Amino acid sequence: MIQINNLIKSFEETQVLKGISTTFEKGKTNLIIGQSGSGKTVFLKCIIGLFEPTGGDIIFDNTALSSMDLKTRALLRQDLGMVFQGSALFDSMTVEENIMFPMRMFTNASEDELRDRANTAINRVNLIDANHKMPSEISGGMKKRVAIARAIIMNPKYLFCDEPNSGLDPRTAILIDNLIQEITQEYEITTVINTHDMNSVMEIGEKIVFLENGLKQWEGTNQEIFKTDNEAVTKFVYSSEMFKKIRAIYIKESN
Amino acid sequence: MLQKTFGKFTKWNVLRNLILREIDDLIIGSLGIIAFISFFVGGVVAIQTAINTDNPLLPGYLVGFATRQSIILEFAPTFISVIMAGKVGSFITSSLGTMRVTEQIDALEVMGINTYNYLIFPKIAALTLYPFLISISMTLGIFGGYLACISGGFSSHADFIEGLQLDFKAFHIVYAFIKTFLFAMLLATIPSYHGYFMKGGALDVGKASTTSFVWTSVTIIITNTIVTNLLLT
Repeated sequence: MIQINNLIKSFEETQVLKGISTTFEKGKTNLIIGQSGSGKTVFLKCIIGLFEPTGGDIIFDNTALSSMDLKTRALLRQDLGMVFQGSALFDSMTVEENIMFPMRMFTNASEDELRDRANTAINRVNLIDANHKMPSEISGGMKKRVAIARAIIMNPKYLFCDEPNSGLDPRTAILIDNLIQEITQEYEITTVINTHDMNSVMEIGEKIVFLENGLKQWEGTNQEIFKTDNEAVTKFVYSSEMFKKIRAIYIKESN
Repeated sequence: MLQKTFGKFTKWNVLRNLILREIDDLIIGSLGIIAFISFFVGGVVAIQTAINTDNPLLPGYLVGFATRQSIILEFAPTFISVIMAGKVGSFITSSLGTMRVTEQIDALEVMGINTYNYLIFPKIAALTLYPFLISISMTLGIFGGYLACISGGFSSHADFIEGLQLDFKAFHIVYAFIKTFLFAMLLATIPSYHGYFMKGGALDVGKASTTSFVWTSVTIIITNTIVTNLLLT
């Protein structure tokens, strides 16, 4: 579980996060949604430690980030898995080497053990015949799968995904969403996904946090988002006619 | 940046492979261009010296002497380093810049890796072999000058060799390698800084490479002036 208490982040004069408090639960896919510029990426980068918060605290399973010394923080980082928007695979390594990389850095496993673990992760994300390919030789969807495999190879407690299905076709996007949700439940991981994809919200949003102008405007589940009358949320989520119709049908059916 | 580069070292078996890869990219990969430029520029230096000193009152060994001094004192250490600022420096900046733009550096940081040590230290370690490249440049430059002189009939074998040996000061070699080592550190650190801390997108990678080349060249020339003043005057 990750608890966020009054998180503030400023860049010089500009306050991007204005005091966000929420909880991301274990074994659930927690989604952060909001318009471009709402502070989603800064929020995620504060949680994973790429940005130092200006104020507030982030609590990982009862241990506050602010109270951790450098050694504890380094150990915590080994419990974090991250899937970047552009996958962030290392260009100079093959798919297999990319996946083995965290283990090679932090364990003393033999080459055979590394390969076994990498193959387990590769099979888990359904990557076929890609072990010895370079990242430039595989498709966007496969890159996401490699990034997920690399993120889970160390059996992380926390998985973070920044727009994991951006740039993917709708079918592949749903497959990636479902894969993340399956992994979250299977390994009991606390997963936090940064997205503005409404399909993801409807499909896997077990907990949704809506940000606007650096503030949390609403939080709830993908069932509750159909019923909410929060103006900011409805403006954002139901901006298309299709989603307005889906909402109307859902409300009609649930009544 | 330098403090972090030499702090919290990466696992040795990983670091060793990174250093070997950088030696291959930065040193071995530069051998061809350095050999080519040194050989032909050495030849041109010798020919130009011969053409401009054709007064019969000047001694025949002058061409060999001037070629040796030009190549050992300035051409090999300084001008090859400026050329390397373009080749090696741009490579370092663009590769780190691309890693920054594509979030590969962020990915390393999230894993808890000291990215300064992982990415920059191997480049500094590899470039400690840079004086080896410059010694090849010196040898081939002088050899190019010798062949150009003999084949073009500008000087005799005996005169050229006499010029090469005349008034030879071993300290000149020491001076050349002291500044070569300093240039190697500039070649590793300035482009790394520009690549590591770059912001923006793909276009900015190109801009960062150009800026890095300009600053590395300027710093090499200024350092050359200071070191020459300190060691030779």
